[in-house]
Amino acid sequence: MKDSKANRVPSWNLAKEVMSRGARIYPLEDLNTLYECVQCGTCVGSCPSGRRTALRIRSMIRGIQMGYREEVLDTNDLWSCTTCYTCQERCPRDVRVTEIVKIVRNIAFEEGRAKERHLVVANNFIKTGHTIPLNEEGKKTRVKLGLSPVPPTSLLFPEALAEIQEIMRTDGFYNKVIRDKK
Amino acid sequence: MKKYAFFLGCIMPLRYPGIEAATRLVMNEFQIDLLEMNGATCCPAPGVLGSFDLENWLVIGARNLSIAEQLGLDITLTCNGCYASLQEASVILNDKERRGRVNALLEKVKRSYGGGTQVKHVVEVLDKDVGSETLKNHITRQLKGLRVAAHYGCHYLKPTKIRAHGSSERPVFLDDLVSLVGAESVPYKDKNICCGAGGGVRSGEPLVALDFTLEKVQNMTAAGVDCIVTPCVFCHLQFDLGQTELRDKGRLKERVPVLYITQLLGLAMGLSPEKLGLYDNSVPPAYLERLGITGGNK
Repeated sequence: MKDSKANRVPSWNLAKEVMSRGARIYPLEDLNTLYECVQCGTCVGSCPSGRRTALRIRSMIRGIQMGYREEVLDTNDLWSCTTCYTCQERCPRDVRVTEIVKIVRNIAFEEGRAKERHLVVANNFIKTGHTIPLNEEGKKTRVKLGLSPVPPTSLLFPEALAEIQEIMRTDGFYNKVIRDKK
Repeated sequence: MKKYAFFLGCIMPLRYPGIEAATRLVMNEFQIDLLEMNGATCCPAPGVLGSFDLENWLVIGARNLSIAEQLGLDITLTCNGCYASLQEASVILNDKERRGRVNALLEKVKRSYGGGTQVKHVVEVLDKDVGSETLKNHITRQLKGLRVAAHYGCHYLKPTKIRAHGSSERPVFLDDLVSLVGAESVPYKDKNICCGAGGGVRSGEPLVALDFTLEKVQNMTAAGVDCIVTPCVFCHLQFDLGQTELRDKGRLKERVPVLYITQLLGLAMGLSPEKLGLYDNSVPPAYLERLGITGGNK
């Protein structure tokens, strides 16, 4: 159930969830800057995506602080950030805004909230080791320019592809993508 | 002879082989040896795959780093996205505990990453290994009169704490390179704004991504430029292919041709436009006629 603005209850739960999850990658002291946000608005004023979408990065940070989980996770705005880091660079409180956006997206992805279009990219990656396929036109251009028709990546070495597929089965990424497909 | 492990990524080898050809040719002129990273994969893409699962992003990044480590070489690459992932992963993996967690997974495929592999963008190789004096000595064809819109992209410079190339607010390295080849870097409105492609926006919200691109191109056109120059393969795709998409949607009439930095440099070094893949971009290289360039002596 979506939490309507009228009956939402503030809590630190979402912030703690973001911290514990993000700390597997980023230093916890960096992530703790989330609590330092005073809603000055430097971020939202710098955001090139906010000029043309409904993304209001300041509100998103506030939503995470207040624990408005559904409001933060179940919105298209979460996926409108190009991760340009302008907000993070300019934040006078040094909040790791962009990194926090990525961690929140990780939570959303795990819960099957990613877009179908994103899953196409994830599936390409799982199947080939690349985000986009190699097409005939690409091969032709490569040969014309004196390059090998297939680059020496996982596209040329099936054992390399098998390696990353094994990693993705072990670390759970494979299941997240396949489960999300349903 | 300086040697690097050459990380290809996805967009350069699969969609813009011209950039790969240009980079190999230019590096060869400077006697920088690029060795293949056999069996490398996507970096993985920081904004899209990193947004899905950062732990998977880190372990696949570590696997790519381990290939260079086996070669005993540092990495160079051409895409700000690949740079974002691999440079950041290398910094994160300096931490012993995180590296241990990643190695527990890599062990299953008989790999390990010891840490310490440096990741350098070709911009850094040109700046630090080659240097402006050598660059100048290789310029045989001054691109006088060429008006350039320099587009820096986001992830070579940001986050500045990790990248450590100084402030991201007023970078100059690209403008300097444009001047070095005899061309003019033209100021334009909102020069440092993102191309729109990153963060999974091109894949998830293509119209939003194109809206960024349109605004940038309109600002560039208003300043009167002949071409766009970028140090990022993904920005290159977004401007080159993106403008064609915008034209097909009836939102843009005149497209501005795009050059990757090594294509610009290669042109000024006398390499032929065909070999540099300038005709393989979606937007034709109209600037060549203006410059009176028909071929090359190399």
